Amino acid sequence: MIASTKTSIGSSPTGRGLIYLMLGLIAFIALLPPFYMFAISLGGTDPAASPLEGGLSATAGRTVETYRHVITDENTDVPLYLRNTLWIALLSVLGTTISSAVVAYGFSRVRWRGRGVAFIVMLSTMMIPFPVVMVPLFTMFRDAGWIGTFAPLWVPAWFGNAFSIFLLRQFFLTLPRELDDASRIDGCGHVRNFIHVILPLSLPALLVVALFHFMFVWNDFLGPLVFLTHRDQFTLALGLQLYLSKLGQTPWNLLMAATTIMVAPVLLLFVLMQRTFVEGISTAGTKG
Amino acid sequence: MKHDSIGTGLLWIGPWILGFSVFTVVPVGLALYYGFTDYTLLESPIYVGTDNYARMMEDPILGQVLWNTAVFGVVSIVLGTVISILLAVLLSKPVRFQSFWRAAVFAPSVLPLVALAVIFKLAYDPEDGIANRSFDLLLGWTGLQGPNWFGSGFWAMSALILMGLWGVGPAVVIYLAGLRDVPKQLHEAASIDGVGRWGRFVHVVLPMISPVILFNVIIGVINAAQVFAVPLLLTGGGPERTTYFHSMYVYDQAFTFGDMGYASALGALQFVIILALTGIVLLAGRKLVYYRGA
Repeated sequence: MIASTKTSIGSSPTGRGLIYLMLGLIAFIALLPPFYMFAISLGGTDPAASPLEGGLSATAGRTVETYRHVITDENTDVPLYLRNTLWIALLSVLGTTISSAVVAYGFSRVRWRGRGVAFIVMLSTMMIPFPVVMVPLFTMFRDAGWIGTFAPLWVPAWFGNAFSIFLLRQFFLTLPRELDDASRIDGCGHVRNFIHVILPLSLPALLVVALFHFMFVWNDFLGPLVFLTHRDQFTLALGLQLYLSKLGQTPWNLLMAATTIMVAPVLLLFVLMQRTFVEGISTAGTKG
Repeated sequence: MKHDSIGTGLLWIGPWILGFSVFTVVPVGLALYYGFTDYTLLESPIYVGTDNYARMMEDPILGQVLWNTAVFGVVSIVLGTVISILLAVLLSKPVRFQSFWRAAVFAPSVLPLVALAVIFKLAYDPEDGIANRSFDLLLGWTGLQGPNWFGSGFWAMSALILMGLWGVGPAVVIYLAGLRDVPKQLHEAASIDGVGRWGRFVHVVLPMISPVILFNVIIGVINAAQVFAVPLLLTGGGPERTTYFHSMYVYDQAFTFGDMGYASALGALQFVIILALTGIVLLAGRKLVYYRGA
């Protein structure tokens, strides 16, 4: 132990200095895009203002002006897009968390023949790319009268999501087997064991699943692009594309302010729930 | 240790079975069927046999699209793997503010891709963007000029691949977990035997984290094969289709040209390619990956 730390690069003062220099540089590069976005968004509504000068020499008054302009723009209704995205996110996150927990229970605490095979089938469905099913889903939803409504974006979430089921199953498997036995001795069936014993112990894992699915909905571009037809239903992702398509007439400052509005909630969530993110991803990657 | 009945099990996973049937099995079946039809959305599909697949053979755009997707995928995965392992090694060092450095590297991965693409659209702007402005600031005295990022196929592709590196966060987190699981005794034993730092990395660390590399490469293949939103927003597929990718082509055939039959056949092709590549990676992994306890 002592021998290995003495020869490692971190022990000499120059070695340590080099490591901190590299870390600082990497952190700077990694965090540059959001800072850049925010700096430019401060530049006001003057189309002639060049982004960098506009951004860096901005005054507080101009900042308010930029954001007010984005929010009240008649061609793009950012507050509406925000509301739409939140609605879809709420319905999908609720649905996927509840249904995935039920299914994960069936894949972990209920002991039945064929469980392993069914689980592998479920995992392999994660490999089906969306573009493959995009066209049939569109025709099916069209025949159901769902095109132009939010339904295609949240109803499927209520039938469990393979990734969420996988994460929850991994977590449920870590809970001691004796819990189920104790429930059975108390005369509880699976339903009560699930609701009163397993779920309360799994709140952190449920939070991970909810968080990841929220990020997915917030991020999703192709789904809304295919299934939403009217501007009144656009999500933030589509709204931002609409904004971008008017490039040339739209100054960068406004575009960056609109982007900031989309990015701020997820960055805030990340800052608040960093550990949850990291633990969820480690679980997905190392227990797979 | 009583076993539950199959019925009980199926009942619990019922929601998934139902959703899987309606939203996956039926669409995949329909996609296979549509692939053999001429289908323009307004009219019912007409069976045309293997016409769509024969058409693929003579479709120069498809060739270009597959080539672009392959180039993007290979370069992104190789570069991403090397960089994320290096970052993970650096971030696993016992340093001050370790959790801050890790958070900083991970943070850009939580940004929505659409938002990131818009930011990079400005960053790469030849006149106003920070990329070329920094270039002028640092290298302007040499008389060199920053590239016109969206002006040529090479630079447009490079811009996309470069931007992808801001998304290595999840891979880094997974590599960090893998590095943490490398037994300390192995390190010590090797260094007592006089193996240097590089030798320990190549002969101890890399084999021990090889299952994690395999996992990340497979995820990388699946993601690269489906790249869509970022090129659409950043380059629009241009210039001259040099950054036009498979998913964009499927989307355009379906919803721009209304050719649902051909689009479905192209989608089926994408699925087959992903399956084949995953199989190849897994087979190669059998030879190259070291599993503990195996």
